[in-house]
Amino acid sequence: MIEERAFFIDYARCIGCQSCVQACAECDTHRGRSLIHLETIDRHDSVQTAPQVCMHCENPVCAQVCPADAIKQTPDGVVQSSLKPRCIGCSNCVLACPFGVPRYFGEIDQMMKCDMCYDRTSTGKRPMCATVCPSQALAFITLDEFRRTRGGTAINEWRFGDHPVRTKVYLVVPPETPPLLQIQGLGSARPSGAFDRNDVAAWLEQG
Amino acid sequence: MPPPVRVTARGADAAHAIAAGLAAAALVILGIYFGSRHLRDFDVALVPYAGASVFAAFGLGYRYAMWLRRPPTGLYWRRSWQLFFAPRHLPANIVRLARLAFDNFLAQKFIGRRAVKRWLAHWCIFWGCVLAAAVTFPLSFGWIHFETAPASLARYQAFVFGVHVFSFRLDSVLAPLVFNVLDVAALLVLTGIFFALWRRGLDRGALAVQQFANDLLPLALLFAVSVTGLFLTASTHLLRGYDFVFLSQLHAVTVIFTLLYLPFGKFFHIFQRPAQLGIAFYKEAGAASGQATCRRCGAPFASALHVGDLKRVESALGIRYATAAGDYQDVCPRCRRLSVALAQDALWRTHGRGPGKGTR
Repeated sequence: MIEERAFFIDYARCIGCQSCVQACAECDTHRGRSLIHLETIDRHDSVQTAPQVCMHCENPVCAQVCPADAIKQTPDGVVQSSLKPRCIGCSNCVLACPFGVPRYFGEIDQMMKCDMCYDRTSTGKRPMCATVCPSQALAFITLDEFRRTRGGTAINEWRFGDHPVRTKVYLVVPPETPPLLQIQGLGSARPSGAFDRNDVAAWLEQG
Repeated sequence: MPPPVRVTARGADAAHAIAAGLAAAALVILGIYFGSRHLRDFDVALVPYAGASVFAAFGLGYRYAMWLRRPPTGLYWRRSWQLFFAPRHLPANIVRLARLAFDNFLAQKFIGRRAVKRWLAHWCIFWGCVLAAAVTFPLSFGWIHFETAPASLARYQAFVFGVHVFSFRLDSVLAPLVFNVLDVAALLVLTGIFFALWRRGLDRGALAVQQFANDLLPLALLFAVSVTGLFLTASTHLLRGYDFVFLSQLHAVTVIFTLLYLPFGKFFHIFQRPAQLGIAFYKEAGAASGQATCRRCGAPFASALHVGDLKRVESALGIRYATAAGDYQDVCPRCRRLSVALAQDALWRTHGRGPGKGTR
């Protein structure tokens, strides 16, 4: 019997190569639009980068706050992009998603998000990003393969503020980490806005 | 003054929705009764269509009321009307509404930007259905009817609510257009269905996510209505009325089934979609007012109006982002992504694997 594959994300492995960004745009359900996020954490001090796919929450906040009831889950728990006939482009989902995943495209007045390459995963293939990721920061493997090849453990329970979230996608954390990860969004980032004009990192940061 | 966010029990929601459904059905019945001049102009042969329309009105009223009972829907619906009717902006808003309605509903430009084939399919189906609805509902409600002119059998007269509106000769250019307007509508719909099936049959993305009940059944229903409608014309003009009674009953069955499906399937988006116009006003009002800044990076990321409303919706839905330490809703989407990555980074750092950097 073939064990079901799951999506594992390990930010610490990301090398910032952008392969996932390019591959994402090849997905047939959103051809030409890359929906994965690849964040540079703090370009001034580090080369650390982090990819962010949809974590496919069991009870998605994006769907709960959608006034048009446009965000649906497949029976296997994949949270889809907004339904085209319904989405009214309010961006509630963009602002409410605890992981900051959905994107709003003004020109087509629709929210789109990672749907775990449903055209591929629904037929047993791996998502585009996990297929091309050279460091396997994004991996679509069985739990058995994960245990054999990884040092950490995988968790999928979170708490944002006081709100519990359980996801279909797993995060790789050190062994013996408690199974629930608390996120407060505290701390401070380097302030945006004024920066040294000779600071190349800042220019890159500004896009 | 922000509109209230309503949180009600499921039973109360259903009772409210049933009342809304009954009110919608009653409105249609009253419209039929008075519009047909106390049923004087009502065509008894069209009773099944009128009956199905009454049921559809009940279903639509019920579904729409249930939809509005959802906290986010109710809030934005009321907020949109509040902004639209703001006395200072009302004249400009009416002009803006007309432009938005033209762009989004008549021309459907946003669908064209999604894909040309999708736009062609939707535009043809939309205008075919609008044309058909504009003729068949008033006909089956007895709001319009046709009579031969008393003075000449070669003239036809059209009445709206019993008032003579226009007349035409049977051998005029207008006559075949009037008599075949539903055939034109059917051909438009069939053209749209052709493009829709072409796209759905070849687009691998659509093939992966489409569902029979949601995406193909509506096309099958429209196809059945259009083709059986064209059968009637074919029977009349090409087959000397062959099996006309059976074909008319078959057509009635397809129309009635479509009307009954109207409130519960994909067609409900026809009634839901105008909310898109309200959101346009909401966004403009938000852009013109203060902006919310991220509590982590300090950058503006959305209108303060939107973030404030969203917090109230989240509270009504039991989404507990707010804590004594602060509200997670005040963190911008980018900083949320960074926070998650940095939380993992901190775990590995304390575990002693690597010297992670950055701020959480």
